[in-house]
Amino acid sequence: MSEQMTEETQTKSQATFINIGERTNVTGSAKFKKLILEDRYDEALDVARDQVENGAQMIDVNMDEAMLDSEAAMRRFLNLIASEPDIARVPIVIDSSKWSVIEAGLQCVQGKPLVNSISLKEGEEQFLEQARKLHRYGAAVVVMAFDENGQAETAEQKLEICRRAYKLLTETVGMPPQDIVFDANIFAVATGIEEHNDYARAFIEGVRMIKEQLPHARTSGGLSNVSFSFRGNEPVRQAMHSVFLYHAIPAGLDMAIVNAGQLPVYDDIPEKLRERVEDVILNRREDATDRLLEVAEEYKSGGTAKREVDLSWREAEVEKRLEHALVHGILDWIEEDTEEARQRADKPLEVIEGPLMDGMNVVGDLFGAGKMFLPQVVKSARVMKKAVAYLLPYIEEEKEASGDTGAKGKILMATVKGDVHDIGKNIVGVVLQCNNFDVVDLGVMVPSGKILETAKAEKVDIIGLSGLITPSLDEMRYVAAEMQREGFQVPLLIGGATTSKVHTAVKIAPNYEQPTIHVTDASRAVGVAGKLVSKLYRDDYVQEVAEDYAKMRDNFEKKGERKARAPFEEARKNVVAIDWDGYEPPRPAQGLEPLQLDKLPVDELIERIDWTPFFQTWELHGRYPKILDDEKVGETARSLHKDALEMLDRLVEKDLVRPRARCAFWPAAAEGDDIRLFADEERKETRATLHMLRQQMSRDGDRANHSLADYVAPADSGKPDWMGAFCVTAGGEVERYAQERKAAGDDYEAILVQALSDRIAEAAAEWLHEQVRRKVWGYAAEESLSNDELIAEKYRGIRPAPGYPACPDHTEKATLFELLDCEEALGVRLTESFAMTPASSVSGWYFGHPDARYFGVGRIGKDQVEDYAERKGWSLEEAERWLAPNLDYDPGITARQAAE
Amino acid sequence: MTIDKNKVAERTKLLESAAAERILVLDGAMGTSIQLLELEESDYRGERFADYGKEIKGNNDLLTLTSPDLIRKIHQDYLEAGADIIETNTFNSTEVSQAEYGLSELAVELNREGARLAREAADTVETPERPRFVAGVLGPTSRTASLSPDVNDPGFRNTSFEALREDYGKAARALLEGGADLLLVETVFDTLNARAALFAIEEVFEELDCRWPVMISGTITDLSGRTLSGQTAEAFWISISHVRPFSVGLNCALGPKELRTYVAELSRVAETRVSAHPNAGLPNAFGGYDETPESMAEHIGPWARDGLLNIVGGCCGTTPEHIAAIAKSVEGVKPRAIPELPPALALSGLEPFRMAS
Repeated sequence: MSEQMTEETQTKSQATFINIGERTNVTGSAKFKKLILEDRYDEALDVARDQVENGAQMIDVNMDEAMLDSEAAMRRFLNLIASEPDIARVPIVIDSSKWSVIEAGLQCVQGKPLVNSISLKEGEEQFLEQARKLHRYGAAVVVMAFDENGQAETAEQKLEICRRAYKLLTETVGMPPQDIVFDANIFAVATGIEEHNDYARAFIEGVRMIKEQLPHARTSGGLSNVSFSFRGNEPVRQAMHSVFLYHAIPAGLDMAIVNAGQLPVYDDIPEKLRERVEDVILNRREDATDRLLEVAEEYKSGGTAKREVDLSWREAEVEKRLEHALVHGILDWIEEDTEEARQRADKPLEVIEGPLMDGMNVVGDLFGAGKMFLPQVVKSARVMKKAVAYLLPYIEEEKEASGDTGAKGKILMATVKGDVHDIGKNIVGVVLQCNNFDVVDLGVMVPSGKILETAKAEKVDIIGLSGLITPSLDEMRYVAAEMQREGFQVPLLIGGATTSKVHTAVKIAPNYEQPTIHVTDASRAVGVAGKLVSKLYRDDYVQEVAEDYAKMRDNFEKKGERKARAPFEEARKNVVAIDWDGYEPPRPAQGLEPLQLDKLPVDELIERIDWTPFFQTWELHGRYPKILDDEKVGETARSLHKDALEMLDRLVEKDLVRPRARCAFWPAAAEGDDIRLFADEERKETRATLHMLRQQMSRDGDRANHSLADYVAPADSGKPDWMGAFCVTAGGEVERYAQERKAAGDDYEAILVQALSDRIAEAAAEWLHEQVRRKVWGYAAEESLSNDELIAEKYRGIRPAPGYPACPDHTEKATLFELLDCEEALGVRLTESFAMTPASSVSGWYFGHPDARYFGVGRIGKDQVEDYAERKGWSLEEAERWLAPNLDYDPGITARQAAE
Repeated sequence: MTIDKNKVAERTKLLESAAAERILVLDGAMGTSIQLLELEESDYRGERFADYGKEIKGNNDLLTLTSPDLIRKIHQDYLEAGADIIETNTFNSTEVSQAEYGLSELAVELNREGARLAREAADTVETPERPRFVAGVLGPTSRTASLSPDVNDPGFRNTSFEALREDYGKAARALLEGGADLLLVETVFDTLNARAALFAIEEVFEELDCRWPVMISGTITDLSGRTLSGQTAEAFWISISHVRPFSVGLNCALGPKELRTYVAELSRVAETRVSAHPNAGLPNAFGGYDETPESMAEHIGPWARDGLLNIVGGCCGTTPEHIAAIAKSVEGVKPRAIPELPPALALSGLEPFRMAS
C-alpha cells in the first residue's frame, strides 16, 4: 500500500469514526464521580451537556462505583437527561459491568441505546438470556471478546470468540448483525513483560479480521488501556493513543472510548517520539519498549513539540493567500496581496467580486457549519474591510464606483429610539456583511421617522430593529405600525436581549402585514436574511414563520386564560415576613453625604471582571475559565481572551478607562408598596418616594409575594431604616474610542472595546457594592470573599436596578438619577426610554437586610396596575404602556396607538 | 383459553397478501362517532353500573359492556364504508386509564369484550374475497414514562417501565384472547411507553407461543415535527424497529395537510409498511374539525399516488363518510414498496444516529 493510500484511507474512515467521551463515566472521570457522590446532579448534567455541545455523538453513562447505589444513580441521571432536550438529542451508551444496572438504564430511555457490555464470560446460557432481553428492550450491544476461558489475547482468539457470539446473536437470538459492536480488548503494551508486546498489534489485526469475516458488525475499544504503563507521562500516552488510532481506524475500528480533546494530530507528534511509539504499537522490534523508555522522559513536561508559526501558505497563489488571510483573520500581508491581485485583474472591482468574495464565502460556509466562531468571523471582516479600503481609490479612479457589488441584498439596521445598546446589532451587521449583504447601519437612538425615510431612500430589502431595554419593545411595535401605515413591503427583523419570539409573534407581528421575524443571534441572522431575499425559499419560509407565530399567539391566549393571578389585595397581605423587632437596621457609616469617586482603581476592576458574559457576547457559550480549554471553542476563546487583555492594556495605557461612581444613603421607611426616603435623620422632610411592584402569582405554600418594599422597615415598626442608590459608569472616553475604531473600519476592535467597557462597568458595580458593605454602609466589615463568590452573590444585601426583574419599571430610574444628580456628577444621562448613556453604566438601589434577595415581579394584574398608576400619578394607559412586558392581560390598544 | 395457532398464521397470511395487493383502509374515529350519539350518563351505566358511585359518562370504552349494540353499529358503519381493518374500542382499557373511573379491575374484560365485539362485526361483513381484520388497540395511557409531571422535579416520574409493561401485558393478552387479528399500539406520545408496551407484547407472544402482526403509530404533537417526548419521526422509528412491526405510522394531533411531511419522512426510512390516520384537520376554535370527507380525500389521494402509504384511515373528527371518501381516493393505487436500506448501526436519542456499514 502506498503512503498516499494510507493517508486517504485514514481521512476517509476518520470522518465517520466515533469518539465516545468518558466524562459522564464515574470510572473514567474523577470529577464526574465526585459530582455524583456529592449528589450534585445539576452539575453532572452540565458535564453531559458540554459533551453534546462539543459534538459528542453519544453519551456514555457509567455509575459503577462501590459507594453508589448504581441502579438508582443510573435511573436518576437518565431520567434527568430525558428532561434536557439538548442532551437527550443523542443516543445513550448504558455502560456497566452489572446486569441489574444495565436493565435499570434500559427502562429509562425512550431512544434505542447502545449497551456496554455483555460477554460469554459466564457461559452461553447467561449470555443468551441477557442478549434476548436486550433485543426485547430494543438495544444495540457491545460484546467483549471474553469467554469462559478468559479474555482473548491474540487476533485469532479475538476473532473466534467474536464469531461464536455473532452466531449466537444473529442465529439464536435473531438480532440483526448491525446491532452488534465487538470490543476486542485493548491491553497495555510496553509493560516490560514480553508476552504483552504484541497486544496492540493483535487488537488491530483482530479488528481487521472481525470486520472482514463478520459482516455488518462494528468494533470498539477502551483506548486508555494501551498506554497504561506510561501513567504520569501524558504526552507519551497521548502520542500512543494517536498512533494507535492512526493504525486501528483504517483496519476497521469504528468507535473508541477516548478523550478526544487530548489527542494530538499524528503529524504533529515529534518524529523521534512517533517512530518509537510506532515500534511499540506495531511490535516492530524487540527493543521497542526500551527505546521508547529511553526518550519518554524528554517529552514528559514539554508535551508535543511546540508548533512554529507556519508561513508556508505565503507560497501559494495570490487567490489562495487572500482566502487564507480572510479565513485566519491575518492582516499582515493583506495590502500587498490585494495589490498583486489588482494588478492581475482587469478592473479593481473584480478583486472584490472574485477572490475576496470567494474567500468570504468560505468564511460564511465554515461559520454556517460551526467550524468557525464569531470572533474569528469578525476578524475576517476586518481583513475584508482593509482590502476593500485599499481598493476603493482605484475603483473610484476608474469611476466604477457604481455601488453595485452584486450584494445579496440591502439591510437597514438600527437600535430604536430611546435605546443606546448596540453591541449585538453591530455583531449581526458584521456577520451579514461577511455574507455579502449590504448593511446600512443607522446607529443607536434612531427615531421611527428616520428609519422609514432612510429605508425608502436607500431602497433596502430588509429592516432590522434592535433594542436591549424593555421600553424598546413598545417602540418596535410602534415602528411596525408605522411601516404598515406607510405601506412598506419589506420584511422586518427583530432582535436584542429583551426581544423574544413570543413577544414578536404576539405584540409586534400583528401590527405589520409583511413578514415580521424574531432573530435570536448573529448566527441565525444570515440564514433568515438569506431566505428572505431568496426567490426560491422566501415564500415557503415566510409561510412557515407566519404559521408558527399564529400558533404561538393561539397558545399565548390560551395560557392567558389559564394562569390565574392572586388578587392584588391578597398578594399584598402575603408580604415577606421580616421580624423587625428582632432586627437593628444598620445606620450608614458614611452618613448622608453622597460619596463621589472619580478615579476607581482600574487594576482592581480588571481583576474582578466576570468573563463568562464577555464570551457570551461573542456567542461563545461556556463558563470562564473552563471555556479556554473547551474542545470546540477553546482555541477561539483563548485567542479572544488574549486580544481582550491586550486591548485592556491599551485602554489603560491611553487612559481611556476612567470609571467613576457615586452613591448615597437616605433614611427610609416602607409605606405599603412604596418606600419613602427622607432628607434628614429626623425624618421630617420627604426627599422622594420610590414605587415598587409586587409579585402576584398565586401562592398557597409558605412563599411570599415579594416586593422590594418588604426589605425596608415600615414606619410603624419603630425601627429607623436606611437604603441607598448608586450609579457607576465606565466613562464616555472608552465609548468614544469604540466609535473611533468602528469609523476606522475595525469592527473587531470596536466590539471588543464595547464588550470590555460593559464588563468594566459591571465590575465597578461589584467593587463599589463591596466597599459599601464593608465601609460606606459598613454592615459587613468582616466580609472576605473570593471573586467567584462575589460573582455568585454570596453576600448580604442586594443592588437591584430599575428596569430589571425585581423592579421592572424603567421610569423609576428618573428618581434615582435625580437623587444622585448623575448627569452633573458623572456625565451619565437618561434617554426618553430611560436607557443610560454612556451605555456602559450601571445603576440601582441598595438594600441591606439579610433576607433581601433578587426575584422577578413577573406578570401582574390590572388591579395592581391601577393601584400603581394612582401611586405614580399616571393614567391607567400610561401605566400599561410602561409596564407592558409585565401585564398579565391584554390592555387592547396601547396608549400611544390610541393617541395617533 | 387456547389459541388456534394455525388459524392465527392463516389470518396473518391473509393480511399480508391483502397489504401486498392494495392500500389497506383503517377505520375512523370511535370517539367522534360516540360523541355524535349524544349519550347520557345512563347510557354509560346500563344496568350493570346503574348504582355505581362515580360519574362514568365519557368512559367510552365502558360502552362495550353497557351498550354493545351502539359500538357494534359503529364498527359496522366503518366496515360498510370500506374499512379493511377496524379498531377495538379499547383506547383507554388499561388499568391506569380506567383508574380515573375507579374501574381498573375491568381492564381485562374491556379488552376481551372489545375484541370480541369487533370480531363479531367483522365476521358478519367478511367474505372470502374481502377479509376484514380486527386491530386490538393499546392506547398511550394517561401517564408518560420519560416526562416528569412536575416541572420543579424533572427527575420525577408518575409511572415506570415496569408498571406500564404489566398493565399493557394484561391488556394485550385479553385483546388476543378476544379474537383480535393484530395489535395496534397507537397515539404514541412517549416512545418509552410504547417500548414498554412492545416489551410486554413480546412476553405475551412468548407465553402464548404464537405471534401476531403488530402495528405501531406515533403522534407528532405539533409542527415542530416531534413527538410529545421530543423525538423526530425517524428517531421514533429506530426506537421501535426491533420488534419488526407489521407497520409503523402516525396518527392524531395533526390534520392531513400538516402530517404529510412526517409521513413522507417515515416512508423514506421505515423498512416496513407505513400507515397514517390523521385527524380531520387541526381543531378549530370550537374544538371541532373542519376537513370534510371530500377535502380529506383530496389530501390523501396524492399521498397514495406518491407512494407514501400502505395503510390509511382517520383519527379524531373522522366519520364513516370520511373513511368512504378516503377509501375511494386510494382505490386502485399501488401500495408503497418497502425500501431496502443498507444495513447500518442505527441508534436514537431524540434524534437519529446512523453508522452505515
